[in-house]
Amino acid sequence: MQKIEAVIQPSKLDAVKDALVEIGVDGMTILEARGHGRQKGHTEVYRGREYSVDLLPKVKLEVVVTDEMVDGAVNAIISAARTGTIGDGKIFISKIDEAIRIRNDERGEIAL
Amino acid sequence: MRVVVVKVFLAFLLVLGVSGPVLAGQTALAQTPTAASASPQADRLATLEKQTADNATAIAAAQTSGDNAWMLVSSALVLMMSGPGLALFYGGLVRKKNVLGTMMQTFAMMALVTVLWAVVSYSLAFGQGNAFIGGFHNAFLHGVGLTPDPAYAATIPLQTFMVYQLMFAIITPALITGAFAERMKFSSMLVFMTLWSLFIYSPMAHMVWGKGGLLNAAQNGKIPCLDFAGGTVVHVTSGVSALVTAIFLGKRLGFPKEPMPPHSVVLSFIGACLLWVGWFGFNAGSALSAGTLATSAFVATHFGAAAAAIGWIAAEWIRQGKASALGAISGAVAGLVAITPAAGFVTPISALWIGLMAGVFCYLMVVKVKSWFGYDDSLDAFGVHGAGGTLGAILTGIFANSTINPIFGAGKATGLLEGNWHQLLNQIGGVAIAWTISIVGTLIILFVVDKTMGLRVSEDEERDGLDLSQHGEEGYDWAH
Repeated sequence: MQKIEAVIQPSKLDAVKDALVEIGVDGMTILEARGHGRQKGHTEVYRGREYSVDLLPKVKLEVVVTDEMVDGAVNAIISAARTGTIGDGKIFISKIDEAIRIRNDERGEIAL
Repeated sequence: MRVVVVKVFLAFLLVLGVSGPVLAGQTALAQTPTAASASPQADRLATLEKQTADNATAIAAAQTSGDNAWMLVSSALVLMMSGPGLALFYGGLVRKKNVLGTMMQTFAMMALVTVLWAVVSYSLAFGQGNAFIGGFHNAFLHGVGLTPDPAYAATIPLQTFMVYQLMFAIITPALITGAFAERMKFSSMLVFMTLWSLFIYSPMAHMVWGKGGLLNAAQNGKIPCLDFAGGTVVHVTSGVSALVTAIFLGKRLGFPKEPMPPHSVVLSFIGACLLWVGWFGFNAGSALSAGTLATSAFVATHFGAAAAAIGWIAAEWIRQGKASALGAISGAVAGLVAITPAAGFVTPISALWIGLMAGVFCYLMVVKVKSWFGYDDSLDAFGVHGAGGTLGAILTGIFANSTINPIFGAGKATGLLEGNWHQLLNQIGGVAIAWTISIVGTLIILFVVDKTMGLRVSEDEERDGLDLSQHGEEGYDWAH
């Protein structure tokens, strides 16, 4: 099992979600986030006072999938979330030791 | 037009009055030929006289109904400027941990000043007194009944006048709260505002609008200062007191290093639009009747606001490359402030000029002058109300026009453009008095309250925000 964490543009959330569901990902967790990578923030001006805003609104999506599905899921996210401009986001992948379904104590991949 | 209608109506009644008794007389004659009246002409005359008198009463009652309807609506509109108008406008401009505290400061004025008004401050403002302040004759609203007081408004109940003026007394201190936003103790604010209402607002209102007031242009004051709806009484006093308070209290923690952007320009936007609409009650209502003067003031108000929005946006666009929503609404409010003393004295085109100047002037005050001096007038109560009110009061002396409002008598020059140089000096005199009373009075009140109970919240409380520290609640509960 592996966890895919993808930080994406909020406007791309629906496309990414649909792409993941299409390849058979059953569950996911969405977090509203703020952050920045190499993308620089922007400047806001209120009554002449400038505020630089470098933490931009992003959506962080977390899915845990079986090892076989990782490549498919990553490709689905990339193709749905890419606009080709700075700020498209990043994907992080890590190993997951265990998954437990709280309702019936199922463990392992069956709990996904 | 109204005179013609009344004449036609009178003629119609006359015909009815004459023909009625004649027809009745014929019938009576047919029935009892010997019972003719001793003096039929005297009877007819009496009937006519009675009908004319009834008619006059009916006309007066109709005018009272019309005027009173507009004045009650205006009173409600001016209250709407405070809550929710100003509360939203200011509430959106603070950080979200202070939204309720800021709104509550304005709302508290709606309650506090109302009670004060009933007890004593109406009497101090509009009761019989000397040139500077009213007396205690109308304390507890004694003698403030439903009969009009012709010295103020001959066609509306005195209670309507009283409650209308109350709405002004509410919003004026509420405007000051923008200067000390995010850092004043709620308890101290209540005491400060009570004293401010009594010792600054009431005397100033008395001088400009009260019986025998020093600056009262409508009642032969010594220095007749034109102030149609409160440029000096409301905006100069609140704006200048705001500046004094901001400097006396000091800056907010972290100002200007920490970012303190408005937490919701959307709230401010709604508030500003409500202010614009409510301002029709503020200015057009200041005609104290529903006649042509109300129309003049209404139109000038609208044109002033629109031109000032354009002025502010244009200045911002040129300097910063973008026209912001906050700039547009701030400009509109600045224009409404500046046109307040002038509405009811100026033509629509003059209103456009006043608005345009106010938009640019207040923009520069807020953006340039504030940062030069470095004071923390947090929500620009001085930059908009103090500066805009002062500019508007002076421009009123220039643009006031006797064809719109012959306040000094028919055909007599009113403003500078008509050749009345002296009026400009009177306006400056009125403004100077308003500045002086605001600076001195506010300083004394601030000093007393600071020494007795302290003005500012503690640093921890300020960091937590007024919502939690002063009221034990939060504006936005994201957890549920």
